[in-house]
Amino acid sequence: MDLETGILKNEETISLALRALYARYGYVQYRMSRFEEYELYVNNKDFLISSDVITFTDTNGRLMALKPDVTLSIVRASRAEPGTVQKVYYDEAVYRTSPGARGFREIRQVGLECLGAVDDYAIGEVLLLAAESLRRISNESALCVSHLGIADAMLGELGLRGEDRTEALKCIGEKNPHELAALCRARGVSGADTERLTKLAQLYGPPEQLLPELEALGCEAGAVAQLRRLTEMLRAGGIDGGLLLDLSVLGDMRYYNGVAFRGFVRGASAGVLSGGQYDRLLGRMGKKGKAIGFACYLDQLERLCGIGQAYDADVLLLYEEGDAPGAVAAAVRRLVGDGHRVSAQKAVPEKGAFRRIVKLSESGVSGDA
Amino acid sequence: MLNIALPKGRLGEKVYAMFARAGFECPAILEDNRRLYFENEALGLRYFWVKPSDVAIYVERGAADIGVAGKDILLEYAPEVYELLDLGVGKCRMCVAAPKGYHDDMRKTLRVATKFSHIASDYYASLGRDIDIIPLNGSIELAPILGLSDVIVDLVETGTTLRENDLAVVETIVPISARLIANKASYAFRNEAIGTVVRGLAEEAQI
Repeated sequence: MDLETGILKNEETISLALRALYARYGYVQYRMSRFEEYELYVNNKDFLISSDVITFTDTNGRLMALKPDVTLSIVRASRAEPGTVQKVYYDEAVYRTSPGARGFREIRQVGLECLGAVDDYAIGEVLLLAAESLRRISNESALCVSHLGIADAMLGELGLRGEDRTEALKCIGEKNPHELAALCRARGVSGADTERLTKLAQLYGPPEQLLPELEALGCEAGAVAQLRRLTEMLRAGGIDGGLLLDLSVLGDMRYYNGVAFRGFVRGASAGVLSGGQYDRLLGRMGKKGKAIGFACYLDQLERLCGIGQAYDADVLLLYEEGDAPGAVAAAVRRLVGDGHRVSAQKAVPEKGAFRRIVKLSESGVSGDA
Repeated sequence: MLNIALPKGRLGEKVYAMFARAGFECPAILEDNRRLYFENEALGLRYFWVKPSDVAIYVERGAADIGVAGKDILLEYAPEVYELLDLGVGKCRMCVAAPKGYHDDMRKTLRVATKFSHIASDYYASLGRDIDIIPLNGSIELAPILGLSDVIVDLVETGTTLRENDLAVVETIVPISARLIANKASYAFRNEAIGTVVRGLAEEAQI
């Protein structure tokens, strides 16, 4: 098959590149139905980016939903053999609302999930593939990595629990040191501990620079050591730039634990990749083992510099009422054969944009610009 | 070029003065004309004036790398942005106000007139109080006077408007001030420039 990649939209080109990348690392494509039983989402509503779900009653009376998420379906169907890791990737549409937006949108997501006997190698591999995914999307990217165990441990140590803990996590996620400090003051946290926590919320930079700072702040040693091992693995894997530690990358700790990450590319106003470890979701769904994965949001990539389509076609071939269809077809074939995109019409469409307009009567190849 | 969205009006002028004192000046902004954006090419800065309630949208969508928005807007619209600094200006309070002598009859659904539906809903949800939100866009103080609502949830700075309409603050929900916010992707790619602005403004912040 002769594939003309020039006609592909930016997100389609990227999707092909990502799928090829994941397949090379032994990830198997996971195909799924667009529908899922609504019950799956009711029981895990907080895991969803948006709790709005399009539902309908199937012919058998079951309440179904158009998938707002892919991970839950994969986890539910996961069958990792003991001691092994199930590695899958997907390219699927999900249906959900965005905060502040009106109505549902179809969003194309490409991503992968790794479930079962997930170890440091598997986590490192997923991070490596996340970084490589960003590289395939743009030549200027940033993968911001965090470890939920660090903030979790420090908040516990400072005695911030319940609503205070939720509020503190929100402030850390916003890089909001002033309200974090105010909360600490109100709860009687010492000045030194308040400074440690606000400093943690603001840490942002290359891991080599920040890991010693995390150690100096007395952060959870196991989590810091894991970040160090993962950094070394990524560096050895050729990820030399665009890797940042950012403790503001968080997730709902009822589902997520361990490593969390978010990816950005220059030119996209929001994160284009999001992922993390979600052993707790597995536990909630009665599954054993660990899990990590990420999704790339292709809707964010539509406006990144891709193939510009300033014209509807290269050539508008104008023919008249009495022209023989065979003559029109021959002229179209000739122009297409020369590599042009051709639209044959009897009149110039008012809203059309064409590089050249060619009249069939003028030999089919000459015309006005 | 670092794009900076400032809120039009008195607060914006006050905030721009803080930027200028911190070394991020753009003299063209002080010219008396109707231009909405101004550049200082030497410093790599581009300022633009936008409606105060729109600053967070400009920043969230990446049209501005950073901006200054009131905490009221951030609480109401919950944009996906970083809130890097409390500038300590534009100080006021988000309050519940009612006619003087008001008593909350817990047997009835509370009718709340406000421009800040989310803030009001969240506040009363935290109290477990059943309410009926009456969304208004201005002259909120009229609502309880004309019997449209029992209380209002609104910003109170000096309290003069409330007093002149025989209303009084019943409860303060949250203190409000202007905050420096940043787009999350810009924070990754323009980190040094944003960091320089944050450090400069931190010196000027009135807290």
